[in-house]
Amino acid sequence: MTLKVEDLSVSFPTGPVLAGISLALERGEIVGLTGTSGAGKSLVAEALAGALPGDATRTGRITVDGALAPPHMVALAPQRLDALDPLAPVGRQIDRFARLAGRSADVPGALASVGLPATTARLYPHELSGGMARRVLLATALATGADWIVADEPTVGLDEAAAGRILSLLADLAASGRGVIVISHDLIGLARIASRVVILRQGRHVETAPAHAFDGLGSCLREDFSRALWQAQLAPDAPC
Amino acid sequence: MSAWLPALLAGRMIRLGWLLPLAAAGLFALISLAPIDPVQAYVGGRTSQIGPEQRDAIAAAWGLDRPAAERFASWLGQLARGDLGQSITFNAPVMQVIAARLPASMALVGLAFALSFVLGTLLGLAAGATRGRWPDRVIRTIAVVLAASPGFWVAILLVAVFAVGLGWLPACCATPPGQLASEVTPADSLRHMVLPVATLSVVGIAPLVLHTRQSLIAFLDSPAARHLSAHGASPLRLAFGPGLRHAAGVALTLHLASAGELFGGSVLAETVFAWPGLGQATVRAATGADAPLLMGIGLATLLFVFAGNLLADIAARLADPRLRRVA
Repeated sequence: MTLKVEDLSVSFPTGPVLAGISLALERGEIVGLTGTSGAGKSLVAEALAGALPGDATRTGRITVDGALAPPHMVALAPQRLDALDPLAPVGRQIDRFARLAGRSADVPGALASVGLPATTARLYPHELSGGMARRVLLATALATGADWIVADEPTVGLDEAAAGRILSLLADLAASGRGVIVISHDLIGLARIASRVVILRQGRHVETAPAHAFDGLGSCLREDFSRALWQAQLAPDAPC
Repeated sequence: MSAWLPALLAGRMIRLGWLLPLAAAGLFALISLAPIDPVQAYVGGRTSQIGPEQRDAIAAAWGLDRPAAERFASWLGQLARGDLGQSITFNAPVMQVIAARLPASMALVGLAFALSFVLGTLLGLAAGATRGRWPDRVIRTIAVVLAASPGFWVAILLVAVFAVGLGWLPACCATPPGQLASEVTPADSLRHMVLPVATLSVVGIAPLVLHTRQSLIAFLDSPAARHLSAHGASPLRLAFGPGLRHAAGVALTLHLASAGELFGGSVLAETVFAWPGLGQATVRAATGADAPLLMGIGLATLLFVFAGNLLADIAARLADPRLRRVA
């Protein structure tokens, strides 16, 4: 099965903010999405999940094997930790997302699939660490049973070890047959788990590069902007 | 139940321990400074029949010839023995007056509390869920008009329309005048409660509607609600599902914390509708400079408001687990 995004554009009353974004994703594959801040990465995630703000207008096609994708086919694990309801324990929140998708919730199963113990179900969001909260956000997306997951900045704010665990978890999700889009500034991490990386700049598609292009100084990357983005992550800190 | 509740209760009991004597001293000082002479208020129109010697005798019988500090100490001593003194106005023990009138007031305040909470919260939720559309605009307009309407004016309006104009409901009292208690049916009692309860409810509904609406809108605009929307939750499902806890928790806390306003409103409603409760007794005690009764009602009111605030604190912690850490 292939999820295709063709010529996706999003505009607000103030003007267009995304134009001509295209990407394809197979089940079992991870595709990375990166770009500088304000490039429109989170907007792509919201457009895919059908969660755009009310005043946004979307054009373009989102299809699965050629047929138009029904609403809410793509589950979103949002960037903001406050996307978890502060007044509900984790278990109830996972249950809500399962019910929205018309499923009965397997809370311990959903927690186990993101590497959390079943006892996490009793905790409230303020009792979770940053890494645990990111995993719970992923669990809410997984509880919907969606085959396609968009993880928006799943490693932001985490230390290297915690970020590594989240990336491994996303790789496991893809290995279990889901198609995963990972939005991140961390090109090194993306290149490690994704097969391809889509690069955006100011709401426009720059290029889609294979993961192996992010090597050395990035000489296999087609665009100067992509190379600059990659090299910026490689540059060592200036000596004091 | 977690450790927060005993800690909260212990803290509040300590607070009550210093609040009660402080409030008692303040109340006594205010009553002593009031420009009403209790003997003159008692004598009333019989001034020509009661001479200065008799006035002095009445004052001595009530202990008014002693210095204020001595009277306060004597009152505190009585209080320690569980005796709130003798009411001048009702010529009965203060405890007895309060016990006789408290049920009528509690029935009025309790019903008004429940009615205004249910109506205010539901209307607030409906307004928030239909933000910007006509139901929201209608509910908001009603709430703002109610918020700007003085309680006594609403009471008089209700009497004018439903008692005098339409003749549907009685204009006063808890029972039909002239009937024995044994002759009064539950239906009679209910009919007599409608207008006072409606008046008192109006006082509490408007702020509840506006706060509930705002709390729900804040939740609907939150990243948590947008996350649920992204997976198919409709605004109505959000409002009456997870939004209910966000809005109703705040509403209940606010409502319980405004117990003082509700009690104040009951004084007014009981006066307009000649309701035989504590509110009416308060007015009579105040105009008659009945210090023992005023002190007794003042302390009872303090305990009522204190209990309302304590329940508000508990409700807030039950609704929002983040508050339990700082109990």
